[in-house]
Amino acid sequence: MRAYWELAKSSFRRNSTYRLAAFSGAFTNSVFGLIRASLLLSAISTAGGTIGGYSAVEAATYVWLGQALLAPLGLFGSAELAGRVKSGDIAVDLSRSVNLTASYWAQDVGRAAFDILPRGVPPLVIGALVTGLSLPTTAGPYVLGFVSVLAALTLSFLGFFVINLLSFWVVEIRGYWMLYLVLMNLLSGFLVPVTWFPQWMLDFARATPFPSMLQTPVDILAGRTDGALSLALVGVQLLWLAVLLAGTQLMVRYGSRKLVVQGG
Amino acid sequence: MAETKTAAPPAADSSPVTNAKLLRLLVSARLRSQTAYRGSFAADVAGQMVLALTEFVELYAIVHNVPTFGGMTFAQALLVFAFASVGFSIGDLILGETDSMSEVIRNGKLEVLLVRPLPVLLQLMTSDFQLRRVGRLVFALIALAAALFLTDIQWDPGKVALFIITPLAGAAIFGALFVGAGAVQFWLLDGRQFANAFTYGGRYVASMPGAAMFLPLQVFFTFVVPATLVAYAPSLVLLGLDGPAGIPSWTGWLGLPAAVVLWGLMLLLWRAAIRKYTGAGG
Amino acid sequence: MIIEAEQLSRSFTVAERGMGRGWARLRRGARTVHAVREVSFTVEQGEAVGYIGANGAGKSTTIKMLTGILVPSSGQVRVCGLQPVPQRQALARKIGVVFGQRSQLWWDLPLEDSFPILGAMHRQPESRWRPRFQELAEQMALGPFLGTPVRQLSLGQRMRGEVAAALLHRPELVILDEPTIGLDMISKESLRRCLDFERREHGTTLLLTTHDMSDVQRLCQRVLVVDDGAIAFDGPLTGLAEVAEARRTMVVDFSSPLPGAALVLPPGAVHLGAEAEGIRHRIAFDPRQLSAAALLAAVTATAEVADLSLHEPDIEDLVRQLYTSAR
Repeated sequence: MRAYWELAKSSFRRNSTYRLAAFSGAFTNSVFGLIRASLLLSAISTAGGTIGGYSAVEAATYVWLGQALLAPLGLFGSAELAGRVKSGDIAVDLSRSVNLTASYWAQDVGRAAFDILPRGVPPLVIGALVTGLSLPTTAGPYVLGFVSVLAALTLSFLGFFVINLLSFWVVEIRGYWMLYLVLMNLLSGFLVPVTWFPQWMLDFARATPFPSMLQTPVDILAGRTDGALSLALVGVQLLWLAVLLAGTQLMVRYGSRKLVVQGG
Repeated sequence: MAETKTAAPPAADSSPVTNAKLLRLLVSARLRSQTAYRGSFAADVAGQMVLALTEFVELYAIVHNVPTFGGMTFAQALLVFAFASVGFSIGDLILGETDSMSEVIRNGKLEVLLVRPLPVLLQLMTSDFQLRRVGRLVFALIALAAALFLTDIQWDPGKVALFIITPLAGAAIFGALFVGAGAVQFWLLDGRQFANAFTYGGRYVASMPGAAMFLPLQVFFTFVVPATLVAYAPSLVLLGLDGPAGIPSWTGWLGLPAAVVLWGLMLLLWRAAIRKYTGAGG
Repeated sequence: MIIEAEQLSRSFTVAERGMGRGWARLRRGARTVHAVREVSFTVEQGEAVGYIGANGAGKSTTIKMLTGILVPSSGQVRVCGLQPVPQRQALARKIGVVFGQRSQLWWDLPLEDSFPILGAMHRQPESRWRPRFQELAEQMALGPFLGTPVRQLSLGQRMRGEVAAALLHRPELVILDEPTIGLDMISKESLRRCLDFERREHGTTLLLTTHDMSDVQRLCQRVLVVDDGAIAFDGPLTGLAEVAEARRTMVVDFSSPLPGAALVLPPGAVHLGAEAEGIRHRIAFDPRQLSAAALLAAVTATAEVADLSLHEPDIEDLVRQLYTSAR
């Protein structure tokens, strides 16, 4: 356990040296937030007050929470593991006494812990000033929201990990990466809330783990879901967590076996 | 550019190397490099098409909930989206490489480019002419055809001219924004994402009906970063619609002049960036 | 005169993070680093100059100023009669540059495909670059891997390609930054032979930085030693060896232990010490006074030799000795 804690800490420190990157990311996320919020508000006002169950201030809150969580949740992913598989350095990682998935996850948590302040707070502040936010006044949604954010972070990490692990079998993963990224962006509800989708797309999105990666923690934190529904949504997150975790463990096992047999 | 241009030495017994010939060589070398990994290339093209598709779905997911969006019907909004998409994909195809300027600086590739007898920008344009981005252009052209079929435009010679100019001016505007994004990274080596607010943020704004934005954003993205001039403003003219307060419909004709002015400014910025790198001032 | 550098200096301002804890670390200070200080030298056409010094001594900063990548903070520099930064592209046609660590070849294309592009970049018609390419390909023995993508070449093969690429447009001056780093003996030798031929045949001026003393011995008549940004020595290679009292070292393993005092050494040889309980002995000698064969004969006369090896002085040692003797 100590090893993972140290990994998370060193990752936090490493990320904290890229302050300019963090602030420029926050700037860009805030600009996108302004554009997106104004588009959704305009549509809602034309529609006469609500779309997909979102009032104006709720939609704005949705946008700003999404922009704030985008970077901490790691929705852009990291291709570090694929690079190590390609270079053969993965053999070193596998020979360590720590679990491969857990050690990368610990580093991702360290990164997220740093990102939450410089990348997460500015969009929320700007949102509060420009459009106003509707946030819950009781502690419940925040507690459950924290659990849900942690689950979403892990899901987002595992999703990209699966794509990275593909590099055990294919030479170049960029195409798959691209496909995954755009589908995830759309179906996680990052661009527009999934409840705004036409019914067939909503059904499709709900059959994937993607809404659990962003829509769920944002809705819980905003207090849009009551206690029972929130618990059920976290349950769905945990279910997907189990599925993806089993998937990555299988892939790591067969991938490393392939590595041993073929010598990389 | 600060570089002195010297005339090509006269060829003794063979045709001299013209600019066109050099450009053709550079681009064809780049194209051959890309098809070197054939399987991945196909996946890349598909990925780019799906990317363009999700951009469209994002618009559709909003518009299908309302009768009009920013004063436009679905078909009219599709025209805006298509113009923006065509312009952006051409600009990205030719100059998207400057987006990763910080890596070119960090890994020392820039120094190799600097000791060659060609402007750095020209080498960048041809060093990573990303053919896979054609996938995006193909989708954009299909969307444009669909928008023309669905909308009802009262054509006259002026509108025909505007229709032809618009994608080219859009490509030029995005190309200039990419050059600026590359230049900014000479100062903000870790601040690559900062520039994305104007390039990818510009694409986002350009592909949506401008009237659906807050007034300050309308003004900023029309008169500072001319993103609405790429698609929305000319679409207003073609469709015979009135623009919102921040984007009057006469701005529909400003795309080309804006592109020229923006290129001038961005080339100055680029020159300052190279001078900053060589320590020659600034 | 190919290179004229006069009182050339370059300093950088380096941001430093504050040393405090927590938010205090956010405050940054600035420190000025003098990478190159008032360096003056000239290089004549046809010379071959080794530019040597420890890491961080200011070698690459000087090279950047000569090639137009960096403006001097003060001082004057002219290369091939041009001012490097303002006339960078004109200069690029007259010089060839090889960066040992960075490729100027087209990574995903077969090696031979880089040459038509480079030829065109230098505005040379095919009738001009093609024969030159054939000449270089033959000299560097590029034939067997001309059709291989650059990314699949071994380091030695790639470097031969890099040097050929830098020479394609018949530059007046070739600047090589660590051209032989990490190379095998055969590739090193082939590169050196080709560069030497190039200089003798076409009068091309060579300037190279290196860590490998044998590069300098094989290629350069003249060395410039930089230390801490300033020129510490400028003169013929033999002069450097004299100044630094360069010595070769013979390491001898005897069949049975021998006390150092028992060794009878001829003039010009010095016993440096014994290891492994008197089995291994290190003996330094001055090759101008004493040949390796004569030393070996003297040693074998004393006791039975089981094994031996010879060591050349390396550049870091030479430079270090230069300083200890100069100060």
